[in-house]
Amino acid sequence: MQSIQEIQDEIIDEFSMFEDWEERYQYMIDLGKDLPLIDDQFKTEDNIIKGCQSKVWVHAEMDDNKISFTADSDAIITKGIIAILIRAFSNQHPKDILDANTDFIDAIGLKEHLSPTRANGLVSMIKQIKMYAIAYQTQVK
Amino acid sequence: MLDVNKIRKDFPILNRKVNGKPLVYFDNAATSQTPQQVIDVIVDYYSNYNANIHRGVHALSQEATDKYEAARHTVQNHFNAKHPYEIILTAGTTESINLVAHGFASILKKGDEVIVSALEHHSNIVPWQMLCEKTGAILKVIPMNQEGELVMDSYTELLSDKTKLVFVNHISNALGTVNPIEKIIEQAHKVGAAVLIDGAQACPHIKPDVQALDVDFYVASAHKICGPTGVGMLYGKEEWLTKLPPYQGGGEMIDQVSFEKTTYAGLPHKFEAGTPNICGGIAFGAALDYMNAIGFDAIEAYEKELLDYGTEKLLEIESLKIYGTSKNKTSVISFNLEGIHPYDIGTLLDKMGIAVRTGHHCAQPIMAFFNIPGTVRASFAFYNTKEEIDTLVAGVKKAKMMLS
Repeated sequence: MQSIQEIQDEIIDEFSMFEDWEERYQYMIDLGKDLPLIDDQFKTEDNIIKGCQSKVWVHAEMDDNKISFTADSDAIITKGIIAILIRAFSNQHPKDILDANTDFIDAIGLKEHLSPTRANGLVSMIKQIKMYAIAYQTQVK
Repeated sequence: MLDVNKIRKDFPILNRKVNGKPLVYFDNAATSQTPQQVIDVIVDYYSNYNANIHRGVHALSQEATDKYEAARHTVQNHFNAKHPYEIILTAGTTESINLVAHGFASILKKGDEVIVSALEHHSNIVPWQMLCEKTGAILKVIPMNQEGELVMDSYTELLSDKTKLVFVNHISNALGTVNPIEKIIEQAHKVGAAVLIDGAQACPHIKPDVQALDVDFYVASAHKICGPTGVGMLYGKEEWLTKLPPYQGGGEMIDQVSFEKTTYAGLPHKFEAGTPNICGGIAFGAALDYMNAIGFDAIEAYEKELLDYGTEKLLEIESLKIYGTSKNKTSVISFNLEGIHPYDIGTLLDKMGIAVRTGHHCAQPIMAFFNIPGTVRASFAFYNTKEEIDTLVAGVKKAKMMLS
């Protein structure tokens, strides 16, 4: 299994091949379109992260001591970034998720999307991912 | 006729690049840019005569006081208020509204009614809701139609002898609709209600005459009229300002203070507690001077040209829908592309150096009415050009291609 760090390095590598913002954003938009949608039963008020501009839904489950995340957003670029975050953090051990940082978002030129003032729900989503990790850590066998 | 190329030279910020592209600034309804003439006044204040006002006996204080009071006169003349002391210099539109709402808390009684419109900015909804909670007054709402216009028949029906206050914006920030405030004021006065008009979005485009309007309160912000942020105005008829209690306690607003009793200063100082935004107030006056030198007739005519051109060009894009289609609107175009979130369009336009606003524009009830999460809003000022609109249209087309 790849570690979070390895996955993040891989994502940085992929993004380094893009020559301009258009390629970068087109890639994210395509990721957003491919992101498997969150199961409708989890697209509830409880799972919604209100970001003022775009909404994000996150659902987490733990199986075999690993947390898997599914998520969705009403904005496609937000969804693209969610896809990247899920790739980095899903199917990982709660402790590894808690220890990991999100600096790689900066390295792939998407830092502005994680600004707390951006109001797209992503900052809250990362917080939510960490909260799930804290909660599930207590259930690790 | 307005010489836009000459005007653009007054705005240093219009030369900058964003994300490597020349800036196209279409977020004027959020805040306008500042001409060099106003920037110079700000620099001059801090370089030459920064001092506290109204109290000092020294030369700098006198100079600053004179300039600050001269700015009040400029604001008075601009809005055609009868007296300079009917102009209260505030921190901006929001503070002006809260000042009046606070004052009415001691006037309204349980069961009184206040009316707002469905087109309001949150800042012209929330203070009145708070006021109603405090006093037991009832908030009524003038509905809007699909064009984003107020339904005047419903307004007439809402009015009664219970109506004490009516609050409507002159122009909607989210849609650009110009509201028929003359009729709104006239009808409110027939039932004895006072009217506050929120002019934040109107003042960049038109020059209101508060006496001709016979309005009781009119509020605006300097930063939407080429002035700095953190300063604005409240016009109130003398009899209303005399009736309302002070808003904040502090220095400047007092006449005599002892621990037994304090008597308040006269107008306008009663409402101007503490050291005001002196530099901001002076720069506000300079901004009005700047805009008046260009002339509001010329500004209005030119912006209408931009609005018509922008509307026509944007509507050529298939699946683009404009919200706010009143014939009587200012140079604001709020739109969406079918099936595409406004946030996505705004993000891509930003990458192309184009500044627009996306989201609900602090007017969630309007977005709920149209059942949309928000819109992309392009708002034009007199220093924008048709070429910039072409850049926007090309940008929207490109965003659409990338997102579809």
